[in-house]
Amino acid sequence: MATLDSFLQEHAAGDLISWQHQLAAAERFALSLAEVEAAILAADLLPARYQRNRGMLSTQQQGQLFRSRVAVIGCGGLGGYVLEELARLGIGQIVAVDADVFEEHNLNRQLLSTPGTLGQAKVEAAVQRLAEINPAVVVKPVKDQFTRANGRDLLGGVDCVVDAVDSVAARLDLEAVCSALRIPLVHGAIAGWYGHVATVYPGEDTLQKLYRHWTGGKGIEQQLGNPSFTPAVVASLETAEVCKVLLGLGVPLRNRQLTLNLLDMEVVEVPL
Amino acid sequence: MRITVKLFATFRAKRFDIESREYPDGTTVEQIVDELELPMEKLGIVMVNSRHVDLDREMNDGETLAIFPLVGGG
Repeated sequence: MATLDSFLQEHAAGDLISWQHQLAAAERFALSLAEVEAAILAADLLPARYQRNRGMLSTQQQGQLFRSRVAVIGCGGLGGYVLEELARLGIGQIVAVDADVFEEHNLNRQLLSTPGTLGQAKVEAAVQRLAEINPAVVVKPVKDQFTRANGRDLLGGVDCVVDAVDSVAARLDLEAVCSALRIPLVHGAIAGWYGHVATVYPGEDTLQKLYRHWTGGKGIEQQLGNPSFTPAVVASLETAEVCKVLLGLGVPLRNRQLTLNLLDMEVVEVPL
Repeated sequence: MRITVKLFATFRAKRFDIESREYPDGTTVEQIVDELELPMEKLGIVMVNSRHVDLDREMNDGETLAIFPLVGGG
């Protein structure tokens, strides 16, 4: 009987394995799609779905992304887009954390919300969506709020954390826990036409500096709300940072913050 | 003394983007925030000459003060 490896070699077109053959391999060898994807990448082959990544990412780097574990804290405006982009990028393991269910006022911007998901837990909708777009990705849903108390458990084995929460207090807790666990944190925040992004490595305490004048309560998002486009922009910048952090590529937004003003189309870099 | 004040995002509305303004010697960042009627509980980044400062920081002639509102949504 053929081994998985010989099956993959036999069905490779060049070095690409089609989705059809990935499915066939999972069925024939009684493996999960994630296990087959790991075997494809370990054999220096590439699942065909990632072929448009390869101009910027090697098969080895695609394999590294697949072996990575990323936690997305908050699955609302920012988190919905981040989850979608991480799954399409090919991050192998994703932890999705949010205590909330979808409500009607989420529909103007939160990617995972639809009339059909109203009342559904955001993390459940995340599991369903990611299973639709990339079934090889393993998603762990956590229907709970991130706190200093549960943080260590939630972030066990995680290589990078995405801050997509909606409160400054939670962000500061997240930075403290990530710093203690030595995990890089990609921070993003939005309010109306405005947003910002920064990447925090352990011990840098960037969010403490960024929110040093915070006295409690919400920012200007309280008055402005958030439209459809600002979360998509900031979430995409966050995902780019995650990709770079995991692979050690390019120049991350360390010790600096990119601030975006989509009303005047102004981008200002703030040193931190 | 002359201080260049730069405002960002919603703080610009009914105020200005950038202005050179006259203040008495010893004016603090907090006094300028008050004078501009910026809401203290919505202060984000506050920098003098690109360095983050506390609100009791005294300004010096020729410095640039930049003030951003607090952005915390997700």
